[in-house]
Amino acid sequence: MPADLWTQFDAAPLALTLRVALVATALALGLGVALGWVFARTRLPGRGLLEAVCMLPLVLPPTVLGYGLLVLMGRRSALGAWLREHFDYTVIFHWHGAVLASTLVALPLVLKAASSAFAQVDPQLEAAARTLRQSRWSTFLRVTLPLAWPGILAGTLLAFARAMGEFGASLMVAGSIPGQTQTASMAIYDAVQAGHDELALMLALVVSAVSVAILMLSNRYLQRSPS
Amino acid sequence: MKRLLLSLSLALPLLAGAQQLTVSAAASLTDAFKEIGPKFEAAKPGSSVRFNFAASGALLQQIAQGAPADVFASADQDTMNRGVAQQLVAADTRRDFAANTLVLITPAQGAPAIATLADLNQPAVRRIAVGKVASVPVGRYTQQALEGAQLWTALQPKIVFADNVRQVLDYVSRGEVDAAFVYRTDAELAKGKVGIAMTVGGHAPVTYPAAVVADSKQAALARDFVAFLGGAEAQAILARYGFGRPQP
Repeated sequence: MPADLWTQFDAAPLALTLRVALVATALALGLGVALGWVFARTRLPGRGLLEAVCMLPLVLPPTVLGYGLLVLMGRRSALGAWLREHFDYTVIFHWHGAVLASTLVALPLVLKAASSAFAQVDPQLEAAARTLRQSRWSTFLRVTLPLAWPGILAGTLLAFARAMGEFGASLMVAGSIPGQTQTASMAIYDAVQAGHDELALMLALVVSAVSVAILMLSNRYLQRSPS
Repeated sequence: MKRLLLSLSLALPLLAGAQQLTVSAAASLTDAFKEIGPKFEAAKPGSSVRFNFAASGALLQQIAQGAPADVFASADQDTMNRGVAQQLVAADTRRDFAANTLVLITPAQGAPAIATLADLNQPAVRRIAVGKVASVPVGRYTQQALEGAQLWTALQPKIVFADNVRQVLDYVSRGEVDAAFVYRTDAELAKGKVGIAMTVGGHAPVTYPAAVVADSKQAALARDFVAFLGGAEAQAILARYGFGRPQP
């Protein structure tokens, strides 16, 4: 490895990638578990449509997601203009924009894992807890969630890996600003375009290694879950 | 019968591709080249031209990785020099065919008043879009101009780097940035959405060279295309989009 690579090498994109992926995964976990439970345990009208909409980022081209976020959150949009006027805040060219995009692509993975994990939990166990005078909330926390947890965790790890790899939508919304919004995937893209092949290769290896570790961990939890 | 049709339909594109020319051209040339393409096809019956538009640096990188391009048209001399040095293009086929001007633009509505480069320092200017310095020529011209004005370092926190000049333009058209550096020809295309605040000097002249790619399998046709760019027909189209003639 050439010595000057170390002077080129910048850990900021990797650190930002971890930060974005962690925040996005936490958000996706909260949302995914709540929605997963709703989809598995309730007869909400329009459930099928809502579920399909939530799953959409899994199959949409990242450009559609990015464009949608630009239209919804941009300076010229109603929401974007309101946020800017009242809070002097915008997700465009901000790392929060990358978090938003990553959360949306990570959500389907948590949601799908959570709703099938909840569906596997025997309703009779929940009913038994209810006869023991546990509240619905307490039943959820003490019975349903612990039984569903391995499946949810496996989905969450997948979501984290997916959030780490987000590129297209994040690039469109957050831009590639070195030190501010440039994640590892964007740094790789820039390095390839600029012909810095060694830097690109090195970043690609780091990202791949981390992803392999996460996928192996996720598989272990999947094998342990009842599904 | 079905099989015959299938093999025919698979073979047709190959036959049609016998005289196909792939032109990798700087993003700023997009609209002019899309008009020049059909004129060239008309002048050379049996030929068909397809274009690949992106930042010049990214295009050269693709060619270095073996992309099957026949002609390379860059928005600066630097990138073409690299192509010559790496023997990716045939040096003796290189011709300058157009010139351009660097301008500072702002969104048409609600933009802070900017009359000089130093005005970019004011707090009202929060984000400035610039082409990526490593791969986008307009970014390098911008860097030269801002370094000359001793502003490059000070403005860094405000700069958003874009993939090519058209993305820079798009950021301004959408009002997501307060100012940006593009070519005059790009700014003219987005009239009504962006305004030209000033013409920017202090950088290498913006001239566009074209050359035949060294590995081209259509070298003769590629030479014809490069020559065609210097001809009256192509020059008229380029002039209509606001490109200048290169200094001889």
